[in-house]
Amino acid sequence: MKRALAIIRSSVLSMIGVALVLLVVLSAIFAGVVAPFPDHRGAVVDFTNFNQPPHWPNIMGTDLVGRDLFSRILYAYRTSLVLAVVVLVLAMPTGVIVGLVAGYFDGFRRHALMRLTDVFLSIPPLVLAMSIMGVLEPTLLNGMMAVTVMWWPWYARLVYNITLAEREEGYVLAAEVIGASSLHVMFREILPNCIPAVLTKMALDIGFVILIASSLSFLGLGVQPPTPDLGSMVAEGANYLPDSWWLTVFPGLAILVAVFGFNLLGDALRDILGSDQ
Amino acid sequence: MHPVLRLLLRRAGMSALVLIGVSVLIFVIARVIPGDPARIALGPNATVEQVANLRDALHLDQPVWRQYGHFIADLARGDLGVSLYTNRPVTTDIAQFLPATLELVFAAAILMIGLGLPLGILSARYRGGIIDNSIRVVALLGVSAPSFVWAVILMLLFAFFLPIFPIAGRLSTDFLIEPVTGFLLVDTLLAGNPAAFGNAVSHIALPAFALALSGIGQAARLTRANMVETYDRPYIEMARSYGFPERRIAGRFAFRPSLIPSLTILGLDFAAMLGNAFLVEAIFAWPGLSRYGVAVILRKDLNAIIGTVLIISATFLIANLIVDLLIAWLNPRIRHGRGTGG
Repeated sequence: MKRALAIIRSSVLSMIGVALVLLVVLSAIFAGVVAPFPDHRGAVVDFTNFNQPPHWPNIMGTDLVGRDLFSRILYAYRTSLVLAVVVLVLAMPTGVIVGLVAGYFDGFRRHALMRLTDVFLSIPPLVLAMSIMGVLEPTLLNGMMAVTVMWWPWYARLVYNITLAEREEGYVLAAEVIGASSLHVMFREILPNCIPAVLTKMALDIGFVILIASSLSFLGLGVQPPTPDLGSMVAEGANYLPDSWWLTVFPGLAILVAVFGFNLLGDALRDILGSDQ
Repeated sequence: MHPVLRLLLRRAGMSALVLIGVSVLIFVIARVIPGDPARIALGPNATVEQVANLRDALHLDQPVWRQYGHFIADLARGDLGVSLYTNRPVTTDIAQFLPATLELVFAAAILMIGLGLPLGILSARYRGGIIDNSIRVVALLGVSAPSFVWAVILMLLFAFFLPIFPIAGRLSTDFLIEPVTGFLLVDTLLAGNPAAFGNAVSHIALPAFALALSGIGQAARLTRANMVETYDRPYIEMARSYGFPERRIAGRFAFRPSLIPSLTILGLDFAAMLGNAFLVEAIFAWPGLSRYGVAVILRKDLNAIIGTVLIISATFLIANLIVDLLIAWLNPRIRHGRGTGG
C-alpha cells in the first residue's frame, strides 16, 4: 500500500489520473447536488432558452429543447459509470471461469471453450454489440448485456494463458499429488495467481467500456432519450455542426476526460501490481 | 512442405472453422429476435396472407437448424438472400458499400503503422526524456476518446475553423470517375486523373486520421513497451560495446524482435477499426457500410444483418491471416523451420 502511494505520488501523470477519476466519480455520485438544473436530466422542455451557446447560468450552453448541457453531462456520467461497473462485474467472472476450465483441463473441454472464445473474438467488438442490440430493444439494460457478451472473451483469453503456465508449476503438482480436487486446484491454487492481472485489466477496461457504450448510443443502439448519455448527445449535436458546436464538443470532451483519467489510473495500477499483461 | 506454407494452411483451416462458428452465432442471434421479422419487414398494413407468404419464402416456419441449412446452401452459391430494407440482393448492397469502408480502413491502417511504430521507436529510444513523455501523453489521449469524438474535433478544427479539408463525402462532384475497383484512390490513378486523385486524398485525410488515432496511440504504446523490454537484453549491451551507432541499434536490434508481439495486437486493432469505421462514416457522411448497417439493424433486416456481419468477420479473419504470415516471415525460428513457433 505504501509502495502504491509512493508510485502514484512520484508520477505527475498518475496524479492527474487520480484527480480526473475522482472528479468524474464524484460528479456522478453528487450530480443531484452539483447540477444547476437537476430536473433537466429528464424530458424537460424550455423553448425560451434552446440551442444557446455557453452563457451564465448555462455554462456549457443549452440543447435543442432548452436543457442545461452541463447538468445533463453530470447525469450522463452516472449512466456511464453504472454501465461500466455492471458490465465488468458480469463479464469478469464469466471469462475467468471459462479461462480456468479451458486452461486446466486438456482435451475436449479446452478446445470447445477456446474455439468458442475465438469465435466471439473474430467479430469486431462494436459489430458484435451492434448485432445484439439489433435483436434486443435498445435500453440501458440490454446495452449492458450486449457489451458484456463482447467483453468476457478477453478475460477468458487472459486467464487461460496464465492457467496454462501455472498448471505446470510445482505448487499445482503438489496439490494434485496430495489429492486436492480439480475445483480446489483451479479456484484456491491457480485463481489467486491470476488476480493481479485480472484486476489490472479491469482497471484498464473501465475506460474502454465507457468508450464502447458511448459508441453504441452514438449509433442510436444504446441508452434512449430522455436518459442523458454522452454518446447520444454527440450524435444529436452532430447534425448542427459547426454553428451549435457546444452540443457535440462538451459531451465529446466529457468522454475524453473520463476515459483519459481511467486510462492513466489503469497504467499506474499496472505499475503497482507489477504485471505486464 | 515449406514451414511457412504449412503454417498458412493450418491457419487458413482454423479461420474457416471460426468463420463457420461466426455464422452459427450470428444466425442464432438473428433468429431469437422477438416479434415476427416478416411482419416487421412488410409493415403494419400488410395482409395476413402476405406475411404468411414471406414467412414461407424465408423458411421462418421451419426449425432453426433447417433454416441454417437453407442459409448455408444459399451461401455456397454466393447468395446471401434479399435485403428486406432495400429489396435488393444483400450481396449487391454489400458490393456497393464495402469498398468505401475498406478504403477508409486501409488508409487508417497505413497511418497507424506509418505513424504509430516510429513514434513508439522514438519514445523507447529517448526513454524518460521529454520526447518520450510527450509521445506517451499523445498516445494515451489517442486511445482515450472514441473515433467519433476525434472525428468531430478534427472536422471542427480542419474543415470549419481552418478550411483546409472538405467536410464530407469521398470526391467532389466535379470529377466523374469510372468505378473499376471501387477504391477511389486506385480508380482515380487508373483513370490517369491526378487532380481527382488529389481530391480523393483530401477527402479521405480527416476521416482516416480520426479512425487511425486510437490505433496510432495503441501501436506507439505497444512498440514502446516491447522495445523497452528488449533494450534490457544483454545482446543490446553487446551491440553497444561493439560500437554500433545508436540509430542502428534502435532500428535493427531493438525494434525487429519487438515488432512480433506488436503485430498480433495490430491485427486486433484492425478489427476494431472495421467496427469504428461505422462511427467515423456517420460524422463525415462517408458512403460506406455504416449507414446501411445501422439501418438494417434498426429495421431488423435479418438477411442483411447476417450478411454484413459475416463479410466484416471474413475481412477481419483474412487480415489476421496476413498478420500471422508476416509474423512467420519475420520470425527466423519459424521461417527456417526450427521450433514450433506460433
